[in-house]
Amino acid sequence: MAWFRKEKKPRQPRRERLEIPADVWEKCEACGHTDIREKFERNLNVCPECDYHRRIRATEYVNLLLDDGQYEELDPELRSVDPLTFPEYPQRLARATQNAGEADAIMTVTGTLGAMPLFLGVMDFAFMGGSMGSVVGEKISRMGQRSLERKYPVVLVSASGGARMQEGVLSLMQMAKTSAVLSQLAERRIPYISVLTNPTTGGVSASFAMLGDAIIAEPGAVVGFAGPRVIKQTIGQDLPEGFQTAEFLMEKGMLDAVVHRRDLKRTIGQLLRHMSGQPAAAGWTSP
Amino acid sequence: MATATTLEFEKPIVELQNQIDELKKMAEKQQLTVGDEIAPLEKRLADLRVEIYRNLSPLQRVLVARHKDRPFTLDYVRLSFTDFIELHGDRAFRDDAAIVGGWARLDGETVMIIGQQRGRDTKENLRRNFGMPHPEGYRKALRLMKLAEKFQVPVLTFIDTPGAWAGLGAEERGQSEAIARNLLEMSQLQVPVIATVIGEGGSGGALALGVADRVLMMENAVYSVITIEGCAAILWKDGKSPAMKERAASALRITAQDLYELRVIDEIVPEPPGGAHANHDETAHGLQQALMRNLEELRKYKPDKLVRRRREKYLRMGQYAE
Repeated sequence: MAWFRKEKKPRQPRRERLEIPADVWEKCEACGHTDIREKFERNLNVCPECDYHRRIRATEYVNLLLDDGQYEELDPELRSVDPLTFPEYPQRLARATQNAGEADAIMTVTGTLGAMPLFLGVMDFAFMGGSMGSVVGEKISRMGQRSLERKYPVVLVSASGGARMQEGVLSLMQMAKTSAVLSQLAERRIPYISVLTNPTTGGVSASFAMLGDAIIAEPGAVVGFAGPRVIKQTIGQDLPEGFQTAEFLMEKGMLDAVVHRRDLKRTIGQLLRHMSGQPAAAGWTSP
Repeated sequence: MATATTLEFEKPIVELQNQIDELKKMAEKQQLTVGDEIAPLEKRLADLRVEIYRNLSPLQRVLVARHKDRPFTLDYVRLSFTDFIELHGDRAFRDDAAIVGGWARLDGETVMIIGQQRGRDTKENLRRNFGMPHPEGYRKALRLMKLAEKFQVPVLTFIDTPGAWAGLGAEERGQSEAIARNLLEMSQLQVPVIATVIGEGGSGGALALGVADRVLMMENAVYSVITIEGCAAILWKDGKSPAMKERAASALRITAQDLYELRVIDEIVPEPPGGAHANHDETAHGLQQALMRNLEELRKYKPDKLVRRRREKYLRMGQYAE
């Protein structure tokens, strides 16, 4: 064998070489693009190919929006009860708690965003479709009371199919309750920003979600009073393409901005600084 | 009187009524005195009405609440108030006939009336969209509330809707925002507000007129977070069969008695035996008296105390464990 001739080794297939097990692949629900999970996660669970904003959990928004992921959770001990003895409700609650955690359909925290202290509530669609029952209403109400005491602004990130049917008219009353809290904040000139994610409909959109001093939404989020299926049923025809998306609502004058997930934190910070009379953040320039 | 809208469970009442009418007619024709025979029958009729109406199932209450012969908002306006002048339009898009409103007098004192209005026949229902408002209806309502506040006049609302309209135009013009805005503004209105559920109180579309110092409910009215049909369709994939509707109606706890026990409403206004549709005058008189009494109590509070009490009431609503 000549001294310069390299010994040939059999090539391994690519998959084996990178040692990627099959279950780390993720597929985009919108365009079908397949990529490794880590790449989706690095991109904040926005599809690298088509920009579809996938649904993420409440804790992920908290980490995304608050400085260094540092926060204190508020009222984690609140639990839903079954005030109407509604069929199957305790079982459904137990299942939701097991699958989505104990925070019910909203997690409320306090922390800082761009060094500004604030109260943040994030709804979690994984818990019974983000439905609003007494616990969601009470958590928002208590967060609002704290905000009145400390004068910190409030940010609410919504993801909900509406009021929680299993608590009947008590769920309906949470719409009035949360709106009453927001009227107190407004009276004291405390800024409130509403962030709409996919989907925000029913009793949540028809109360606190549409009452922000600024209302912003993630691209493609479905936002409306009635869900697309109900409207289709009511009018007996298909809905126009893109009906009830964030972009549609923006065009109709219902939103201030459609904001990419990666820009949410910066945009909220910018808005809050304007509304609370603070100078622009160091190093931040207009996009 | 037997009409096309006689409810199934009302049939024994109608049959007995027909018998009595028949007897009276015959007696008149043959010039007989039948007072002695008729008196016990009429007593039985009265008892039957009370008996049947005392034991209505939740589903039967829904049917009564939706009855087309029940007094609607404009019937109460005519029977319980004087000097009404209707005001129209939201000043932005159009006049929504599913909500009516205007100045009126209750016992001589000016009040602002706002309520959903259903239609009695197909033509009127098309015009009034079956009492299902669009955003412009809620915005008209808000305009009238602010007008009342400006002139320090109490607001009396009447709730009677299956729900806010779910259609393309309603979504485009911000149904959610219109409802949400009313909830917020009603919670801080500087004048007394009394809401009365007179028929069906359907979800957010009802609540958008329903944030009030006092919420009254007619005895046979219902108030719910979702229609019983919608609830049954979602949970049991069957929104049509009477059995599933009955199940939903019971589970959701939607009767006046239920809501009183849940502390969502403040007072139940009794209806005459046989329901509000059996006697408009008596029903309207009962509501008029209840409104006058509640209004007198509310007039004692200064605006800031009124608003504080109203907010506190809503902040207390809900049940949870900690």
